[in-house]
Amino acid sequence: MNELADIWVYLAREPLAALAATLVAWLVAVRIHDACGQHPLTNPVLIAVALLASGLLAAGIPYRDYFAGAQFVHFLLGPATVALAVPLYRQIALVRRSAAAAVAAVVTGGAFAAAAGVAIALSLSAAPEVTASLAPRSVTTPVAMGIAEAIGGLPSLTAVVVILSGIVGAALGPLVLDLLKVRDWRARGLAMGTAAHGIGTARALSVNATAGAFSGLAMGLNALATALLLPLLWRLLAG
Amino acid sequence: MIGGITALLVCQLAGEVLVRLLNLPVPGPVIGMVLLFLALAARRRAAPEELGRTADGLLSNLGLLFVPAGVGVVLHLPLLARDWAPLSLAVLAGTLAAIALTGRIAQALLRKNPG
Repeated sequence: MNELADIWVYLAREPLAALAATLVAWLVAVRIHDACGQHPLTNPVLIAVALLASGLLAAGIPYRDYFAGAQFVHFLLGPATVALAVPLYRQIALVRRSAAAAVAAVVTGGAFAAAAGVAIALSLSAAPEVTASLAPRSVTTPVAMGIAEAIGGLPSLTAVVVILSGIVGAALGPLVLDLLKVRDWRARGLAMGTAAHGIGTARALSVNATAGAFSGLAMGLNALATALLLPLLWRLLAG
Repeated sequence: MIGGITALLVCQLAGEVLVRLLNLPVPGPVIGMVLLFLALAARRRAAPEELGRTADGLLSNLGLLFVPAGVGVVLHLPLLARDWAPLSLAVLAGTLAAIALTGRIAQALLRKNPG
């Protein structure tokens, strides 16, 4: 019994267990996602988070102890955000001719997405940190978390909200676009990338290559526009 | 791979330094993304193969990188219980309305410029 306790103390102290658990949970989530025909509702991020969160709650492990190990994965979000420049650069040559229209649509749509989240949160009198966490909702997660932190939101709550927005957009967005007779693949891609970031882009790519390229472009543009404008506007409006 | 990851980290580092020097309200990695994009555009050639491989490797597993932060939801269960209504409405209605608006605007603007 004493030995078991020693092992437990070792595992809780070292980053190895949390790191391994994160990777195993991710692989399990990807397996489930594949087994369900990559259905958007079986999003692997959602499944992996649910597995690990219920594990922590069941075992009574504080999040801080878990994060001490998982931070090595978390650290890679920074370089991954920088890496988004590569697909953006590859696609900018492809979409140069529609660039002006794309920028106008993405900036308008992105501003609306942020404003709609804030308006809904304010009208239902959500806590201030919840409102701030909802503002960067439509931007890809690493950028959204940075923005949330800058405007007084909760980065971890933002991550969850962003991922859920992506799943909703990927699963239901195409139906909305059909309903509104948006048939241009470029426009469909721009809409998915603006409102549902990487998860929407993954979905768009699996349906149509043009939609996928424009979705990736919209994701990058919206991340950039929102990261540049939202903290400034927030500072102006919230005083 | 080391060359690729070095390029990404150097851009991120430059971004973090710029953000602090100029007191920018933007996350450092976003400035790093802009710097890398400008560097690629200045070369006027395809992205270096090694950088491309590293970027593709990172981005094809992008979801995994969100997991540690996502698990932080365990810290906010009381908040979620209190504010579940604005949260779920903003996520559902806000996202679908944004898709509808962006799609319509994009289609109207692109009509003058057929693919």
